[in-house]
Amino acid sequence: MFRYFVDQLFEKNQVLVAILGICSVLGVTTRLSIALTMGLSVIFVTGFSSLFVSLLRRYTPESVRMITQLTIISLFVITVDQFLRAYFLPLSKVLSVFVGLIITNCLVMGRAEAMAKNNPPLPSFLDGIGAGVGYAIVLAIVGGIRELFGFGELFGYRVVPLSWYATSDHPDLYRNIGLMYIPPSAFFIIAMLIWAVNLYKARCERRR
Amino acid sequence: MDGPIYLLGLLFQSIFVENFLLSNFLGLCTYLACSTRLKTANGLGLAVVFVMTISGMLNWVVHNFVTGPEALSWLSSFGVDGSKIDLSFLEFLLFICVIASFTQITEIVIDTRFPRLYRSLGLYLPLVSVNCAILGASLFAKTRELSFIPNLVYVFGSSLGWWLAIGLMAAIREKLSYSNPPKGLEGMGITFIMTGIISLGFMGFMGMRLAGPTKLGREKKSVPVHGRGIAECPGKSNLGI
Repeated sequence: MFRYFVDQLFEKNQVLVAILGICSVLGVTTRLSIALTMGLSVIFVTGFSSLFVSLLRRYTPESVRMITQLTIISLFVITVDQFLRAYFLPLSKVLSVFVGLIITNCLVMGRAEAMAKNNPPLPSFLDGIGAGVGYAIVLAIVGGIRELFGFGELFGYRVVPLSWYATSDHPDLYRNIGLMYIPPSAFFIIAMLIWAVNLYKARCERRR
Repeated sequence: MDGPIYLLGLLFQSIFVENFLLSNFLGLCTYLACSTRLKTANGLGLAVVFVMTISGMLNWVVHNFVTGPEALSWLSSFGVDGSKIDLSFLEFLLFICVIASFTQITEIVIDTRFPRLYRSLGLYLPLVSVNCAILGASLFAKTRELSFIPNLVYVFGSSLGWWLAIGLMAAIREKLSYSNPPKGLEGMGITFIMTGIISLGFMGFMGMRLAGPTKLGREKKSVPVHGRGIAECPGKSNLGI
């Protein structure tokens, strides 16, 4: 039973292997804390929407399948959005429309279509949670790299000491990488991660 | 405020400066899946322009007359006091329902009335309904609080920008298929790197402020303490250094 959960973490990681749900990976990863909030929201939404799509799978006519799934997903997204607004207002302001965009995150739809539509509730739920966790891990890696090299901080706490930085007296010391701060860096980091996963898989196959 | 120069500025800004795909990262999944051939990319781009413009318009109506602040005050002409009803929590649900039902209805209409058009456009319509760029356009337009005509120009420009980006990428990928990148990077990896480079190019438009369309509040420009380089001058983004 737990294969469903574990498979999604690495072997079938939705972001790096299936290339789904990329949009928000790039949009919200300037800071680790933002990336983690987004990851947790997606875990919640994929898990429960998979569960409910699966529960309703016998009663959903084929022709309105898409709208039903979208409605179920958006119910949970609204829950997350209201929760964030009530308890974490500053975070929800930074995330702004990206919380709403979980609705059209291909990862959530993909799990509903590929798994929850034809499988019993419990495996679908575990599969959804697993997909969400795999997504959150990638978000955390990208967010961590961008925050560490772009700001010299992690979770808003300073990691690279201030005394290492270049000043006007010692211009040849450490500097933050400006590229990490701007959006395109996320594309490069994801490309490198995909490369790493591909290399690892190729090596595994050769060993077999 | 609504002069033609302002509208032109808004159009330019939404196509180039804040390109939906390259600086807001919306609609990437469909973009990555359908950008291998220029013909497919153009079909999809056209479908996106069509759906995004019209659903953006419809969602403006939804926001202003159903879910926005004090949007239900028109109910008072029927003797109901609607000014205290706040339906903003329903916004996501209504937006996505408008988009999904609009695409589904269009598909049926095109299929029955214009079979030739259906062959080129209809294939892409189901793909478009789950494209985050469409919902994103409605949501971003909402945060800008534009009036009707500027809103129309904004969503139209955004969709054109999306088409431009996927067209560019498809043209590059057609040529790319003749070259051989490192083994692990083939396919998606190299596409990401190419997109990153195009996106860097589009960052060059960042400094432009045309007729003063307001900047989105999404990105907070907090400048790192000791950082040097591009991060310190987001307005200039002088990438030649």
